[in-house]
Amino acid sequence: MSGAGEGQGSVTVASKLAGYMRGGGVWVPIVTALVAFFAGGIVIALSGADPLSTYKAIFDGTGLNWFFPWVTGDDRVIAAGNLQQTLLLTTPLILVGLAVALAFRAGMFNIGGQGQYIAGSVAAVWVGAGLDGVPGLLHIVLAVIAAAVAGALWGGIAGALKATTGANEVITTIMLNWIATWVGIWLFGLGGPLHDAAQESVPVSEPIARAARLPVFWGEQELQGLHVGLFLALVVAALAWVLVNRSVAGYELRAVGLNPDAAEYAGIPVGRTQVKVMLLCGLCAGLAGAMDILGWQYQIVTNDIQASQIGFLGIAVALLGRNTMGGTVVAALLFGALINGTSVRNLDPAVFEPQLATNLTIIIQGLIVLFVSAPVLVTGAWALRRKLRLPGRRREGAA
Amino acid sequence: MSTAVAAALGADVDLRPRRRAGWAGVALGVVAAYLAMPPLLVRSPLPSVVVGAVAVGLGAWAFGGGLRRLGIGAMVAGIMGAALAVAATESGVGNLERVVAWGALGAATLRYATPLIFAAMGGVVSERSGVVNIGLEGMLLSGAYFGVWGADVTGGWVGGLAVAVASGAAFGLVHAAFSVTLKADQIVAGTAINFLALGITGYLFVRTYGDQGTPNDLPEVPDVHLPIESVPFFGPALSDLNLLVWLGLLSVALLALVLFRTPLGVRLRSVGENPLAADTAGISVTRMRYAAVVASGVLAALGGAFLSLGFVHSFTQNMTLGTGFIALAAVIFGKWRPGGALAAALLFGFSSALAQRLPVFLPSAATLFEALPYVLTLIAVAGLVGRSRPPAADGLPYER
Repeated sequence: MSGAGEGQGSVTVASKLAGYMRGGGVWVPIVTALVAFFAGGIVIALSGADPLSTYKAIFDGTGLNWFFPWVTGDDRVIAAGNLQQTLLLTTPLILVGLAVALAFRAGMFNIGGQGQYIAGSVAAVWVGAGLDGVPGLLHIVLAVIAAAVAGALWGGIAGALKATTGANEVITTIMLNWIATWVGIWLFGLGGPLHDAAQESVPVSEPIARAARLPVFWGEQELQGLHVGLFLALVVAALAWVLVNRSVAGYELRAVGLNPDAAEYAGIPVGRTQVKVMLLCGLCAGLAGAMDILGWQYQIVTNDIQASQIGFLGIAVALLGRNTMGGTVVAALLFGALINGTSVRNLDPAVFEPQLATNLTIIIQGLIVLFVSAPVLVTGAWALRRKLRLPGRRREGAA
Repeated sequence: MSTAVAAALGADVDLRPRRRAGWAGVALGVVAAYLAMPPLLVRSPLPSVVVGAVAVGLGAWAFGGGLRRLGIGAMVAGIMGAALAVAATESGVGNLERVVAWGALGAATLRYATPLIFAAMGGVVSERSGVVNIGLEGMLLSGAYFGVWGADVTGGWVGGLAVAVASGAAFGLVHAAFSVTLKADQIVAGTAINFLALGITGYLFVRTYGDQGTPNDLPEVPDVHLPIESVPFFGPALSDLNLLVWLGLLSVALLALVLFRTPLGVRLRSVGENPLAADTAGISVTRMRYAAVVASGVLAALGGAFLSLGFVHSFTQNMTLGTGFIALAAVIFGKWRPGGALAAALLFGFSSALAQRLPVFLPSAATLFEALPYVLTLIAVAGLVGRSRPPAADGLPYER
């Protein structure tokens, strides 16, 4: 929290982390995930269940067994349905993961994915349900643009505050999350301005127009089949990769992330870059909200606004993906699979209580984030070992 | 910067009357609102509007003298006070008396503020030592669950508090190990603490209590009865508060004393401001920060235990719902000082208490009201209401 008092130019913890996260290859997140799953296995064993069969059941629940050619018949139909669900969850996770990863690359910690996601959802519902008689594709485009703009503005507030007053983005984004949550609950709650008047005692929004629903390309729309938003998320991830790695703006973004002072000295407008990055982050998270609303939820249920954790999942996704665009996509798939595999609907209670498994998922997320938080652990245990072994020599060296 | 310095230097000479006028304006803004509320209940908006206008005038005068923040504050207070009063005169006396029962509001404010006070004190301790503790939310939650579980297992609230405190200390130890020893990114580590606490308490809750929920006959932390029921306002506000409410207030006083009046406090603060200097002076930065983060876990867990054992008498998954984040906001709002954080916690508690009662007028507006603490904090962090300056080494791992 190198907050208000400090200049915007100094090296932040997040920017240092961005540097650490770049080194170390692809094995670090793999080992991190494996260790976390192993720890999860111990928890399962302590609960008196068999870790292997539990993980097998969770894996089957993810639908990833659809890729195995030997899964046939009814099993294959079930697997297809499960995989659609997994990818349905993966879609917004990619986008909120990008919202966190992009900020990290610019040396900022965007905890505000949740608020930006809500802002996007609200805008998507507002346009999706508010307009009438607009032809299908145009309606979708309008709703998606509205969500992107709303998310971007919500993220941009944090960026602008950081650039102009130096207000720490961690605090401002947390506050913006809660403001978005309560405003959302107010909008769609009983008596709220966007509450569905047809449902007097249920706090939900009006459903969006049929024309505004995203086309489903795999499975049935009524059974929450897979919508085309997945492709949009992948395209956004690809664009983000090009932007970060192959453009001048991306070079400036990374320079600000690695060392704001040096970037400033090199003539890069640090404050403006920070605002742009936060606008972009908000845009991604806002799109995530639009994909969920237009893709399968079709309306906002007020209770979901409070219960949703997707913005926070984005943090774990980005960190496990090492803040790279490709890594974020893979991590989003992993978390999407994990959440779907442990859901009440997909996990057989005879093998393992789904409610326990849901919490186990959160524990595994926590462990992953915890391991990733320490650069020492990330860049290799040898540094720690040396520190523990040679405290005396280090002290002499310091003196 | 130079104008601020000039204003500070000139304050002794000619700004004093304008400063007094500014604060008087703020106070008059409050008076303007108070006039229309019970027990005075002036039914004409005129006196309030006049008083509010005077407040605005005083604010403008302070603003003209260079006290810009105070001036704006007084003007806003005057306008808000008058507006509130006008709104109050428009509504029925019965509703007003039901909502604005000062004594009951005072008690509710303290009740809502107590978890915030504990957690905010935890935040102050930790951040004063230079460790950002985003994990307050998780530590609160852990205290809430383990308090219930401990009370259930040991059959007494003392046991519950003991287990809660131990769980908070354990999470504090994890946070310290990663933040101090492993030099982890403190914000990421704190986020991990929140995930872990959410998952672990949820897991244990489902496993231990399942669908039944926590037992109804949980031991409760007792209330403290004071023989002052007949005193106006203070009677209804203070005569029947939970023991932990008083403990929370006590923790503020203790922390302020330790931080600013003892050698230990000087060491703690020096570690947070300039660890290199502290290290040179022979203070163990590592030990100090470990102690501070563990203490912060203990305090936050007490707040959580109050929430479950002293307030709602049960535990549900994720029951803290962001309380830890508001506490974090209170720390910043209170400029990293125990007294300031207390004031912020009371303000947030008051707005929660009021939000509980506002539905009498307008159910949906009350929900919007819940967002107020966060808007206030956003404004405070942006530096519009006095700049919040964190300890210099806050969030930075110490490298010898």
